[in-house]
Amino acid sequence: MLQRKNLLWLLALLVFGVYPLVVTNPTYTTIAVFTLIFMACTTSWNMFSGYSGYIALGSGVFYGVGAYTMALCSQHWHMAAGAAMFWLVPLGGLLATLIAVPVGWVVLRVRRHTFVVITIAVFFVAQLTAINVGFTGGTAGLSLPFITWGASYYNVPFYYVALAIVIFVTALSALVRRSRFGLQLLAIRDDEDRALGLGVKVSAVKLTGFTMSAFAIGMCGALYAMFIGQIYPQFVFDPLFDISIALMAFLGGLGTLVGPLLGALVLESLQQYLTVTYSNGSLYLILFGSLFLVVILFMPQGVVVALRDRITKKAEREREAVASNETTLMGSASP
Amino acid sequence: MTTLLEATGISRAFGGVQALNLCSLEVQKGSITGLIGPNGSGKTTLFNVMTGYVRPDQGSVFLGGTDITNERPDKVFALGIGRTFQLTRIFGRITVLENMLVATQREESWLRGLTRSMSSTSEVTSAMEWLDFVGIARLANLQAGALSFGQRKLLELAYVLVANPDVILLDEPAGGINLTLVNEIASKIRTLNKSGKTFLIVEHNMEFVMGLCDAVTVMHQGADLVTGTPSEVRANPLVLDAYLGGGEDDEEIEPEVSHG
Repeated sequence: MLQRKNLLWLLALLVFGVYPLVVTNPTYTTIAVFTLIFMACTTSWNMFSGYSGYIALGSGVFYGVGAYTMALCSQHWHMAAGAAMFWLVPLGGLLATLIAVPVGWVVLRVRRHTFVVITIAVFFVAQLTAINVGFTGGTAGLSLPFITWGASYYNVPFYYVALAIVIFVTALSALVRRSRFGLQLLAIRDDEDRALGLGVKVSAVKLTGFTMSAFAIGMCGALYAMFIGQIYPQFVFDPLFDISIALMAFLGGLGTLVGPLLGALVLESLQQYLTVTYSNGSLYLILFGSLFLVVILFMPQGVVVALRDRITKKAEREREAVASNETTLMGSASP
Repeated sequence: MTTLLEATGISRAFGGVQALNLCSLEVQKGSITGLIGPNGSGKTTLFNVMTGYVRPDQGSVFLGGTDITNERPDKVFALGIGRTFQLTRIFGRITVLENMLVATQREESWLRGLTRSMSSTSEVTSAMEWLDFVGIARLANLQAGALSFGQRKLLELAYVLVANPDVILLDEPAGGINLTLVNEIASKIRTLNKSGKTFLIVEHNMEFVMGLCDAVTVMHQGADLVTGTPSEVRANPLVLDAYLGGGEDDEEIEPEVSHG
């Protein structure tokens, strides 16, 4: 018999699977595509930063690399606009992973706050490079082959590819968490020097985690570029991207499997909805800032962990109450 | 008896502080060796040098005749030296059992760790046996951060033991815990020693050291002062001088992060 947890996963899969068939309004399917992209990015980011405790704020580099891979390859290979371009999505992920190796090799030499700062620095180096080198098109950006699918159908393929990436990265994250490698990442998070002294090859483990997390983020960047059709350095190398995914993971529950999915689902769909409804692209920043304060102050471990702790405590209280009642009954029954 | 672990002529300075000054030490196979000395005499620094956490300025460390000087802590562990810390260091946000599983495969490559599950049945069985040995098996599924200080000491001992090291370095195993637990830990060490385990113990509790150790080395101002049996050490006037006259009140120097 299926466990309750597995049933919930199946139900979620079913809901996401039928969503674009039920909701056909392009506005809402567009919101859904962006939401799925962020769910994948946040889960992938969490697979390294959440499990290892190394809060990377430069993952936008991999998103941008994925986006430019899609734009440049589709242009230079004269690809016909259409579904064939989806084959460039894994290529975007692959190139992002390759870029992550030297980046990780440099940034993972430091820890904690220094790591956060150095990842931000790497991000801005990448952004300025994209603005200033010729092949990226500079600030003028790049145009991708124009896809001419009908408005009612346009979002659907993107939706299902994004959903496939979410499923892939969620399964990968679950596998990592259950693997010895995942345990080593958690040990590094708790006490890196101690882990080293217990045989964990911390440098190799960290670099592997870092590069693995770049793969899905790169794929999402590629998909985003194809979806939008026109990219600019300031949008695909966006500092708010990293702040957003970090906040989504923190809100949902850093280092958990469900937390980042939940955080991204709530925040990204809300952000998109607010932008569409109020035509104000910056309104969500006020909301994000306020939410961040609330999360840090009241639920520093995220919603999922806070809820789990509450449920555990409640169950413990109930167990204790039952045990206490049984003791009382036995006492009163004895002669 | 043969020498299993040996440090020869180790020196190490931290800025202007000479923490170790041509210090030498031998640990015989199958023995329980004590390492004592006043605060700041360099005991923990010597531990850190022997386990790869601190690189010596000069001198060498040998394990079973093999030079292991300057090896990384993970390599030292893989070669067969396990250690505990003065202030217990456990992985607080994972369970007690998961703490044990981190240490079960001391020689496994990182690539193998990537492709296999967290634990095999035999690893879990072994981990549970050692938890049972130290008396905290019932806490296996508890988050390790919830353990008391004494229980953390036991967990740290257990996860060093689960990797089956050749020599175990214990840094103040009796520090900060009640007398009952001190006796319990002493009893565990004796049992393990009878089964062939070699121990090197840093400890300030003289009763614990003198009652447990086959040999004791006294350190003073970064150098080895006297080595002998507990009774020989106790009778040596130099030891008394070191404790009462020449001791420094410096704190032990924390391990540096010398390896990425």
